[in-house]
Amino acid sequence: MAYSFPEEVLEHVFSFLSSDRDRNAVSLVCKSWYDIERWCRRRIFVGNCYAVSPEIVIRRFPELRAVEMKGKPHFADFNLVPEGWGAYAYPWIAAMEEAYPFLEEIKLKRMVVTDESLELISKSYKSFKVLVLTSCEGFTTDGLASIAANCRHLRELDLRESEVEDLSGHWLSHFPDSCTSLVSLNMSCLGSEVSFCALERLVARSPNLRTLRLNRAVPLERLANLIRRAPQLVELGTGAYSAEIRSDTFSNLADAFSACKQLKALSGFWDVVPSYLPAMYSVCSGITSLNLSYAAIPSSDLVKLISQCQNLQRLWVLDYIEDSGLDALAASCKDLQELRVFPSDPFGAEPNVSLTEQGLVSVSEGCPKLESVLYFCRQMSNAALIAIAKNRPNFIRFRLCIIDPQAPDYLTLEPLDAGFGAIVEKCKELRRLSMTGLLTDRVFKYIGSHAKKLEMLSIAFAGDSDLGLHHVLSGCDSLRKLEIRDCPFGDKALLANAAKLETMRSLWMSSCSVSFGACKLLAQKMPRLNVEVIDERGPPDSRPEGCSVERAYVYRTVASRQRLDMPDFVWTHDEDSSLRYS
Amino acid sequence: METSVATELRLGLPGRDRSEAKIISVSNKRSSSEMDDSCDPQQESVVPAQKAQVVGWPPVRSYRKNILQKKAESSSDGSAMFVKVSMDGAPYLRKIDLKFYTNYLDLLKALQSMFKCTIGVYSEREGYDGSEFAPTYEDKDGDWMLVGDVPWEMFVTSCKRMRIMKGSEARGLGCL
Repeated sequence: MAYSFPEEVLEHVFSFLSSDRDRNAVSLVCKSWYDIERWCRRRIFVGNCYAVSPEIVIRRFPELRAVEMKGKPHFADFNLVPEGWGAYAYPWIAAMEEAYPFLEEIKLKRMVVTDESLELISKSYKSFKVLVLTSCEGFTTDGLASIAANCRHLRELDLRESEVEDLSGHWLSHFPDSCTSLVSLNMSCLGSEVSFCALERLVARSPNLRTLRLNRAVPLERLANLIRRAPQLVELGTGAYSAEIRSDTFSNLADAFSACKQLKALSGFWDVVPSYLPAMYSVCSGITSLNLSYAAIPSSDLVKLISQCQNLQRLWVLDYIEDSGLDALAASCKDLQELRVFPSDPFGAEPNVSLTEQGLVSVSEGCPKLESVLYFCRQMSNAALIAIAKNRPNFIRFRLCIIDPQAPDYLTLEPLDAGFGAIVEKCKELRRLSMTGLLTDRVFKYIGSHAKKLEMLSIAFAGDSDLGLHHVLSGCDSLRKLEIRDCPFGDKALLANAAKLETMRSLWMSSCSVSFGACKLLAQKMPRLNVEVIDERGPPDSRPEGCSVERAYVYRTVASRQRLDMPDFVWTHDEDSSLRYS
Repeated sequence: METSVATELRLGLPGRDRSEAKIISVSNKRSSSEMDDSCDPQQESVVPAQKAQVVGWPPVRSYRKNILQKKAESSSDGSAMFVKVSMDGAPYLRKIDLKFYTNYLDLLKALQSMFKCTIGVYSEREGYDGSEFAPTYEDKDGDWMLVGDVPWEMFVTSCKRMRIMKGSEARGLGCL
């Protein structure tokens, strides 16, 4: 072709492409498209911060405005990744300070963020707007004070479930009076009390505030005043939902709620006093998302509230809801798409509530749009799983956790292979699956044959041999993330499927039968895989090569395989082919 | 397999074919905050009903664990009030936390759900007359009483354990 569109035209066309996949595809067409695209890409998502380096990102994309990144692997949520492993945000923040003076958004998940990083963010970017820190750690409320004080145009400050060292609530008072741009504030993970006056004034001067998630320290008596100042709220997280029963407190609260015509999502609800729940009834018909996962109240009270919410799409709740409550849910919430049931007493040896597989069966029967489930329970049967699969072939996410991880079908005492087999067979769009229970290699054969769209699989205490792992790696065409703990999977399957690992984001295996020798071999064979051996017992070559490693974390990367921030319990392949450790 | 496997520590469950598991602690109910570092397999055989706690299992985020502990601690004297509940004809007992309920209605609803039975409505004169089952409890003095006779607060502090009796047997209690 002798002619082509001028760059500006192509840029304009590309500007309509928001999906990363589309943009990546565009950049593969030809060199000039690659070049044009990289100059006009404004947002990137890095699924594994060690898959690439800041230098590489900055070199390729010189004009970014928004960066989203994930650090530690998912099992870090359950303390399986030792402290100090990595995922530090600072090197990225420091590198981006120079490269992206117009950066507006930073979203990090499972990364270690220091006060220093937060201060740097707050001072480096004149138009900084959005900071979302999901499950991050390493910073204190001092870092938040810097953000509040210096980010003049801050729109979102969202600290989802991060572990913050809470020195005091004073950080909130650092928002200057001139800051009126807030759209979203989520401080629910913080412990300290903030100044209620400062909070009220902040809310009052933020006409665009859509999301306000308070922390437990904000008492119910204060809630009415806050809501009254923000009747435009779409998402509200309450603080502690308890107070002495007083009719004026109640009517105050009810009045305030009734002014919120746009409220769609409710959360918070620590320490619930059930008598105050009816104060919210006026907004319930508009509620699509309800997070009651801290509300330790009996099923009857939960049901009274839930049955007011006919348009509910998402419900997170404790197992206090019991089977009877889930029956009621199935009857009244026909639009339900996502259900998460959390355990109230996960470490108790005996059940404390009457929640069984039946609850899940009911909901799968009664809610035709249900597509995403996270369910903790204490017993399961193949029959129930088969029924659930038949009822709901539209599942996209199915995560089941039986408290006893190797529990068989409680009716037949057989493995739950057939049940999970039915799930993957019937639910053709399944993208995420977590399994528990007594499971043999057979279930992995089913998964390998049927779960063609599966992207993330979590396995614990399951399987008999390498064959199980082999089925998954060779059969699951769309697999991106595989995390395994305490399974008898080892070297053979890993080495036989080495090439597959480069098509995935990452593989985590802890307390399995992967030997150090196999890790070395894999790393030698696959130069673009980083094979991290994470072992707190000391240098792996002080033990025989056939010895199993504590943890292996394998991920594809275009960055150096010897990351500079490796702690002394992590070993990776040394390019000189003699294993070095720091 | 190498002989070194025998000395290897793993983070798996005890008791399966997998080699030695590192037991993090033997958990007592609701005391997961008091982690005992001693790996003592002996302890397990002494208290067979309790399970050893394994790292990261069940997969519950730490902030969720803490919230519920706070709830347990904030109840009046900081402890739960577990009592055993037996039902005539049922093969095993259950335990419930009386502090979790605020009135008889919720308690009876819970019992009916737990034991899949109907208990019926309480009346001062007839007790649970006419119902298939009647809830009774043993009080501090060792006497067996009908559930519902005394105010709720008094019941919670004096109840040592409960028994759901067959209606026919309970008739005697109702008319005193």
